[in-house]
Amino acid sequence: MLELTPKEIMENRHMTINPCKTCEPVGAMFCALGAEKCMPHSHGSQGCCSYHRTVLSRHFKEPAIASSSSFTEGASVFGGRSNITTAVKNVFDIYKPDIMAIHTTCLSETIGDDVGSYIVDMEVPEGKTVLYASTPSYEGSHIQGFSNMMIGFMKYMTKKTGTPNGKVAIFPGWVNPGDDRELKRIAELMGANYIYFPDHDGTLDHPMDGKNEYFHDNAGTKAKDIEAMGDCEKLISMGIYCSLEPSEYLKKEYKVPFSNIPVPVGVKLTDQYILELQKFTKKEVPKELEDERGRLVDLMLDSHQYVYQKKAAIYGDPDIVYGFTALCLELGMTPRYIITGTPKAHWEKEIKALMDQYGVDESEYVVKADTDLFYLHQLIKNESVDILLGSSYGKQIAKAEDIPLVRMGFPVLDRYGNPIQATVGYAGAIRYTEKIVDAMMDRKDRDAADEDFDVVM
Amino acid sequence: MSKERELLLDKYSSRVFKNRKSHITQLEFGENPDEIAANSRAIPGIITARGCCYAGCKGVVVGPVKDSVVITHGPIGCAFYSWGTRRNKAKPSYEGEPNFVPYSFCTDMRASDIVFGGEKKLEEGIDEIMQLFHPKCIFICSTCPIGLIGDDVQAVAKRVEEKYGITAIGYSCEGYKGVSQSSGHHIANNGLMRYVIGKGEEAPKGKYSLNILGEYNIGGDGWEQERILKKIGYEVVSVFTGDGSYETLKNSHLADLNLVMCHRSINYIAEMMKTKYGVDWLKVNFIGVGATSKSLRMMAKYFNDPELTKRTEEVIAEELAEISGDIEYYKSKLKGKTAGIFVGGSRSHHYQMLLRDFGMETTIAGYEFAHRDDYEGREIIPQIKADADSKNIEEISVERVVGYEDRYSLEELKDLRNEGVELDNYSGMIKDMKEGYMVVDDYNMFETDQLIEAYKPDIFFSGIKDKYAIQHGGVVSRQMHSYDYSGPYAGFRGAVNFGRDVTMSLYTNAWSLVKPPWKTMPMLEGTLGGAG
Repeated sequence: MLELTPKEIMENRHMTINPCKTCEPVGAMFCALGAEKCMPHSHGSQGCCSYHRTVLSRHFKEPAIASSSSFTEGASVFGGRSNITTAVKNVFDIYKPDIMAIHTTCLSETIGDDVGSYIVDMEVPEGKTVLYASTPSYEGSHIQGFSNMMIGFMKYMTKKTGTPNGKVAIFPGWVNPGDDRELKRIAELMGANYIYFPDHDGTLDHPMDGKNEYFHDNAGTKAKDIEAMGDCEKLISMGIYCSLEPSEYLKKEYKVPFSNIPVPVGVKLTDQYILELQKFTKKEVPKELEDERGRLVDLMLDSHQYVYQKKAAIYGDPDIVYGFTALCLELGMTPRYIITGTPKAHWEKEIKALMDQYGVDESEYVVKADTDLFYLHQLIKNESVDILLGSSYGKQIAKAEDIPLVRMGFPVLDRYGNPIQATVGYAGAIRYTEKIVDAMMDRKDRDAADEDFDVVM
Repeated sequence: MSKERELLLDKYSSRVFKNRKSHITQLEFGENPDEIAANSRAIPGIITARGCCYAGCKGVVVGPVKDSVVITHGPIGCAFYSWGTRRNKAKPSYEGEPNFVPYSFCTDMRASDIVFGGEKKLEEGIDEIMQLFHPKCIFICSTCPIGLIGDDVQAVAKRVEEKYGITAIGYSCEGYKGVSQSSGHHIANNGLMRYVIGKGEEAPKGKYSLNILGEYNIGGDGWEQERILKKIGYEVVSVFTGDGSYETLKNSHLADLNLVMCHRSINYIAEMMKTKYGVDWLKVNFIGVGATSKSLRMMAKYFNDPELTKRTEEVIAEELAEISGDIEYYKSKLKGKTAGIFVGGSRSHHYQMLLRDFGMETTIAGYEFAHRDDYEGREIIPQIKADADSKNIEEISVERVVGYEDRYSLEELKDLRNEGVELDNYSGMIKDMKEGYMVVDDYNMFETDQLIEAYKPDIFFSGIKDKYAIQHGGVVSRQMHSYDYSGPYAGFRGAVNFGRDVTMSLYTNAWSLVKPPWKTMPMLEGTLGGAG
């Protein structure tokens, strides 16, 4: 596997090899699938839409329904106004969503299609919404596309009535439906009255109910809640790269103050989420949550000897990698390589600040944004690690170098059941601590000589 | 108009109705042959299953060429989605042969490249690739923005060839070209014909040699076919393109016969090789026990050698003996069930044959990106009028190269055809179907759901985009692009795998758990009503 990858590192390549990111539109599509009865729409050639639906379906093991403007050469020359106008008519006629959330592609962006003005002139059925976000594939990554689409929703739907609704808005960032449930559960335990956006609980992990429906009732953030975000008293948003720009937008347009915190992976980051909720609710943290935290820390202490100073390579999207770096540090592990494909140089500084909290010297790790898995593999060929944490695309490196892989983030294409469970919160940390410890212990068992093979560990 | 078709079309607005009516045919087998419209634009917003030109060129045809570096020239997305996602299996054929299939190469264009052009970045990237991997062949596949900003990938390829003395092919396979993946197949075929086929001089050593065209080795299908062919004594010169290589494709013109599996994606090369090198092509189908045996017998007839015919029959008998127990068992589980199938190139036709081996009928069938000849047979080709979208795809013409002869005269070919050897022809899917069955071109999500409702098939074969929606509705769905990560399904042993997988999905115990017990039990007495 990957035996053609040489050990000698080639710095500053022009060619990306084995990417650690994908393009903006898929992020926009994913975001839009977190709104109730919303049809994401890809304004470009239909291949984009097919690719995005496919990768989302493969990750969530669920239908990812979205439509396309189906550009041909003619539309690429003369513009896509007629395509989008037809598409909007057909989608409302046939599939009957409440909202159509249009995002652009590198094709429609390169030709300079002005979707914003097209939709102003369009006939939209009574009570339905058409909105749009610009998501050029040649900028940022899928994370930026997600963030842009959140702003798209707010731009077209959010209002301020002037009467505060007593709610806290929660932006979870790019997480799984299992995480949405966990973050909402914590908010409820904290007694918060909240609006949660986007919410994939029930849209991308819909229960098996024998019904093939395009849209489900009570799944996804409701239109009236997206509208009401302007009246929220506070916003707690998670992840700098998924949620900071949308948070700034909500603040700028509707004067909603926000706290942007990391995606709550591990103990301290979950503590931070709870403290932010507490600032809003002014209520005591319930025993239930404190007990969960206690069980997590207990598990970490009980099992620490199997993970202590184990070297980890963590790769994927900037926000989730940050969270997992924090979890690894809490577990006493040594994050050795910390990689994202998303082109945001500042992220390296944030990781460094986190490592500084634990007194880890810069010489002891490599952190790099805007890079690829080929680079990560080359690093590992020079100095290996004990565990890989990241998407399914690391499995090639895992096999080539015989390193256990614990799957997290996006996309996980080759395992079942992951997205319906939590990664965040104490519950998520319990799950991932178990996964990481199991991986290390399985390895120890596998490699043990018969005389060293322990039944009790 | 037939009942199910009428019910389906009635649900559309007049605008959509007008378009879709010609793409949906309920088979009548009346006086006039059943017709269908195909290879025309998808309706915006309809939720077509189709992909794009790039997907057809890079994803389908050139991506599997294992010893070549395939570069996606464009922003990152397309390279990401087409990386390791198609199950076109490959392994080195000899020690030291490079296998680039697990890799993804992309110029990862940024805003500045879009503004100032990406040729320089592409060339610098190729320099790096030469330094890192020194491949013998490079394919450059363009994505949407390339044609719009005017990067000349052909010129880059030419410069690379001159600089490094390798083969480099620039493909203008931007996603918006044509109406589906089909345009990408055609573009890919043209490049292979121009720059690869005929470049080698290594003649086959075996008495009878073959190329397998349009076989992408999904789940190892190509390997199962090669196993059988080699057992009979054929030499397989090259496979287009599953587990294929530049090194073997360039010698393919020296083979005796081309076998065509996926007609849609590769018929251009089959036709052009016939014209240029006199290599006949035979439409085969190695999906299904009966279909595989039939294909092998046609091949033996083509070569008309008693020794080969005898060996063919021996191998068929041996293989059937090996699998007959399993086939009978799965047939006992599957007989009488019905299926729907919506896939790409030729699979919707091929798999009907395999399903019939198990006593199953396919009542709904359709293609994503087929042309009329895939449905109605190649005899329809003269009647197909090229529209603006088709005209944008280059047709290349080739001429006979001196020194290459036809194996058979026109008269002999006619005799062979009369004996049932389907040479240089494909008679399409429809003729193998029955009255009342539904054929849908460029099917969409709404039609899929409506037809499942109307025909109530026991199982629906489609792709990942449809699978989970269909299963939520309580109907078993298996992926026919990726085989749900199983396979091979081709050949004799593949048929057993398929029977096992279909049986497994239909009979898995969890289907009986969908309804919670409290939904079927009567409520406890006394819990209903208020005071009384």
